[in-house]
Amino acid sequence: MVDGPLHPDALVRARGLTKAFGDFVAVDGVDFEVRRGEVFGFLGPNGAGKTSTMRMISCVSPSTGGELSVLHLDPRTDGPAIRSRIGVVPQEDNLDTELSVWDNFIVYGRYFGLPRRVLRERAQELLEFARLTDRRDDRVDPLSGGMKRRLTIARALINDPDLVLLDEPTTGLDPQARHLLWDRLYGLKRRGVTLIITTHYMDEAEQLCDRLVVMDQGRIVDEGSPRELIHRHVTPEVIELRFAEPAEQEAALSSAGEAAERIEVLADRLLLYTRDAEATHRALAERSIEPLTELTRRASLEDVFLALTGRTLEE
Amino acid sequence: MSVQDLVDHGRIAPPLDPRKRFLRLTERNVVGYVRAWPILLTGVVEPFLYLLSIGIGVGALVGDVTYAGRQVPYETFVASGMLATAAMNGAVFDTTFNFFIRLRYAKLYDAILATPLEPRDVALGEVTWALMRGTFYSAAFLVTMALFGLTESWWAVAALPATVLIGAAFASIGLAGATYLRSFLDFDFVNLAITPMFLFSATFFPLSQYPDALATVIRFTPLYQGVALCRALTTGEVGVGLLVHVAYLLAMVAVGVAVASRRIDGLLRS
Repeated sequence: MVDGPLHPDALVRARGLTKAFGDFVAVDGVDFEVRRGEVFGFLGPNGAGKTSTMRMISCVSPSTGGELSVLHLDPRTDGPAIRSRIGVVPQEDNLDTELSVWDNFIVYGRYFGLPRRVLRERAQELLEFARLTDRRDDRVDPLSGGMKRRLTIARALINDPDLVLLDEPTTGLDPQARHLLWDRLYGLKRRGVTLIITTHYMDEAEQLCDRLVVMDQGRIVDEGSPRELIHRHVTPEVIELRFAEPAEQEAALSSAGEAAERIEVLADRLLLYTRDAEATHRALAERSIEPLTELTRRASLEDVFLALTGRTLEE
Repeated sequence: MSVQDLVDHGRIAPPLDPRKRFLRLTERNVVGYVRAWPILLTGVVEPFLYLLSIGIGVGALVGDVTYAGRQVPYETFVASGMLATAAMNGAVFDTTFNFFIRLRYAKLYDAILATPLEPRDVALGEVTWALMRGTFYSAAFLVTMALFGLTESWWAVAALPATVLIGAAFASIGLAGATYLRSFLDFDFVNLAITPMFLFSATFFPLSQYPDALATVIRFTPLYQGVALCRALTTGEVGVGLLVHVAYLLAMVAVGVAVASRRIDGLLRS
């Protein structure tokens, strides 16, 4: 990498960062840097250590080893000062259900010591940002999942943070709600807000992240931009073959041979990695391999993860 | 770079005064309850019911009791016990039931600990709110007592800060205890602690009526401190000895807040 390990604009810097719960090591000596203005992602399956890492960055969970600096400060001693400059969107919405939508903004902003005059202005803007202006005086409970998520994200912006941490921002949302949320996050990025996102959705990571690290079992297995990672680990195109019977899949596997650069075997399908899908299709036809379905697509981060860990993200 | 450097360079806003941060949580509760003010009125109705049923009704049957070497009408005697008990109940309810839901289900404190507030601010903020609410109820109770002619001295005015202290003590201990509750079933333990104190803290009859051994035990129980304090003040039997009760209740505040802060830290910031 051109910038080297000591990027001057690193808002978060971790070296050998570790989190252990008793004997269980959730985060196992990770190194990473998040730079001002970028969207940085942690991609990995559940249990990879993404949330533990996020909790350490947001100063609500002390590290058990290594170094961590956030906004050039030390989470061990400057927790309140760091937290005053970041916005946190947890995996599970934790809105204040005893308060109205509007009071959620105002009261939360008061925890940061902001004056009411400033908060009223910001709350009005954030209501619009979250597209909840007409729900202003409603309680939080009756809001839909997508609305609650947008409110949680908007609330995390009340202190005009330098850095926003989003843990699985779109998990559990329907596609429409997800796209609206992505749109809001793009908006933040355009305004120069630095975002850290964890996700186990490869499309989300590809859509949103400038740079990301792939995590598995507490370790970082690689890092780069989505494009770099795909280029480094997999071919541009993938052909997915599904067969009627497992025996047919076995037979196809043994005869496919040189048809693709690499073949991954999953329980229900074969993935053929190739630079030239046309040529691979021809080669398959020559070998009389006739799958039930055949899907040609661009390689994604899912494939990167599979190549790096030998497992799919859902496993 | 230190925090101060960053503040000087305008990179971050000056931090909240750590000694006053807890007031932000208290403020949150005020906002929440101002919107639901009818709930607060229930606390004003309660003393009327207490005093009418037990004080006036039972008092007519019992007559006078001996307190501090003189005869005191029973309703006057028992009203002060009720005053202290009400202060305890209000504080315990607020800090166990409400706090437990916010801690385990509503995830309120998870959200709050992501802001500059610390676990100690959560504990102090909740205790302070319980006090404010308790002060309002106790004031209503005292006014009712005065209207019914159940106060015998101007010292009764000092019973208000006394009930605030009782509230603080039980709120702090309640908060610390609530961090150990795992489910709603565990609330039986709260009742198990409260009911005997309610019945046996010289609330309903003088300490001299108890067997000596039991009386000795009662002298060391928390609610007894509050009852003794309120009774002395509302009847005007004031002495230096009351400071022992004050010290006891202050110690409860200190221990309760310290334990609750540590527990909140351990539960939410692992």
